[in-house]
Amino acid sequence: MDKFILQTENVSYAYEEGEGLALKNVSLGFRAGEMTAVLGHNGSGKSTLAKLLNGLYIPTEGKVTVCGMDTSDDTHTWDIRRNAGMVFQNPDNQLVASIVRDDVGFGLENIGVPSEEMPARIEKALNAVGMLQFIDRAPHMLSGGQKQRIAIAGILAMQPRALILDEATAMLDPKGRQDVFDIVQRLNREQGITVVWITHFMEEAARCGRVIVMHEGCCVMDGTPEQVFTRAEEMRAMRLDVPPMVALGDLLRARGLPVSREAMDVDAMAREVLKCQ
Amino acid sequence: MLKDITLGQYYPVKSPVHNLDPRIKIILTIAFIVAVFLGTSLWAFIPVAAYIILAAVLAHLPLKLLLKGIKPLRIILIFTFLLNLFFNAGETVLLEVWKIRITLEGLLTAIRFSMRLVFLVSGASLLTLTTPPVVLTDGMERLLSPLRKIGFPAHELAMMMSIALRFIPVLLEEADKIMKAQMARGADFESGNLIQRAKSMVPLLVPLFVSAFRRAGDLAMAMEARCYHGGEGRTRLRVLKLTMNDLYACLITAALIVIVVLI
Repeated sequence: MDKFILQTENVSYAYEEGEGLALKNVSLGFRAGEMTAVLGHNGSGKSTLAKLLNGLYIPTEGKVTVCGMDTSDDTHTWDIRRNAGMVFQNPDNQLVASIVRDDVGFGLENIGVPSEEMPARIEKALNAVGMLQFIDRAPHMLSGGQKQRIAIAGILAMQPRALILDEATAMLDPKGRQDVFDIVQRLNREQGITVVWITHFMEEAARCGRVIVMHEGCCVMDGTPEQVFTRAEEMRAMRLDVPPMVALGDLLRARGLPVSREAMDVDAMAREVLKCQ
Repeated sequence: MLKDITLGQYYPVKSPVHNLDPRIKIILTIAFIVAVFLGTSLWAFIPVAAYIILAAVLAHLPLKLLLKGIKPLRIILIFTFLLNLFFNAGETVLLEVWKIRITLEGLLTAIRFSMRLVFLVSGASLLTLTTPPVVLTDGMERLLSPLRKIGFPAHELAMMMSIALRFIPVLLEEADKIMKAQMARGADFESGNLIQRAKSMVPLLVPLFVSAFRRAGDLAMAMEARCYHGGEGRTRLRVLKLTMNDLYACLITAALIVIVVLI
């Protein structure tokens, strides 16, 4: 067994032959239990990376493995997608059934789980995202954040080892975004599910254990949020912002206030500032 | 407001009729329709009406709901009645004014055809009122699945129906949004004659179709990501099991057909 749940080795990908590469020679590994944010501007290749990680796309060059299985080997396709579940950006376009219960059960039906086991797994998955009371509701009656939680439950029911979220919060309101992020973070901490969180919200990236920055199809930065966000100038050159509190910290330090680089959210920054008095 | 529409006309209460196996309910509905057409004399409509009323009572359905299903049909009903009344060549003349001749045979046929229509529609509404759309598509898939052997796409058909059900409210909401966006820029959907109004729908339909295609692409990818690979090797969330009630329902319906044929 590989120590990486998801791994890409020298992966390049072109949407069409002869066209430019959407991803250039990317080698990354995602360890079990890790929560990684992937940042990048539009067209940086972050969505392409996501779709390569569960075999929706097969690399033009290089190799992607999921739990040790090569995605280009189509005997493993369904095992790979079961283990590396994917949540997409638009909450409406990924729910299949007109009742929550049936939607969460959709993946289970596909992978051939016996009918007797399904209700318990569906309820457990819905409970994990705090949506059990909506089990008999129709998805179109729910808010965007609730729909995304249903989509996550649909993946969770399949008991995956990794969860890939491709800008899952981009279309949500701030409340829904917060809820979805909190749930995913809790799943990562409590159930040890490996998370790849693709986003363009810096505040979310700052709360992940590891941050990867993509630019023009290459992986240009990889490290803890502290390591990545201290390179503020480089980030801005790639038209990416740093989280507001990191930017504030930089300004304060430039003025001689010794605030820690680890203060990335408002509360931590407030404590740092109070300490300086 | 569009967000709160309910799909179909399912009437959610618990009743023995609601709990019947959807496969049985579909077959019995077809059998009922056959019974309606088998009857030749007007007396045959008495057991048919009794059957519908019994089913509605067992299903805890207010009769009003069944009648509501017939309401949109009233114009067709009136037409059927009048056509049969005036253009039926019969012997026993009841009334003759100028060129219009009403015969007893015509009157009877007119009543028979209108009654058939009424019972046809109420039988079908009884099915949709007591079965949620998801269960209905499930039942249809299973009924049609023996036809898979001769290449009939039973699973695909049921999948398409359930996706259509899922996306009707989504697309309605989207149409509403596009309409408001166009109206904000001065589009006029309400005035003019029929042709002008139809023409003004074009700027609404084009973006709606474009977005529907994009949604279809997204959904296909999401379904693949959730291991969808057609109907093979698929298990089912809903286990359908025949109960004694299904048997009783079959017996009652069989009795109805026998009575109707005998009358």
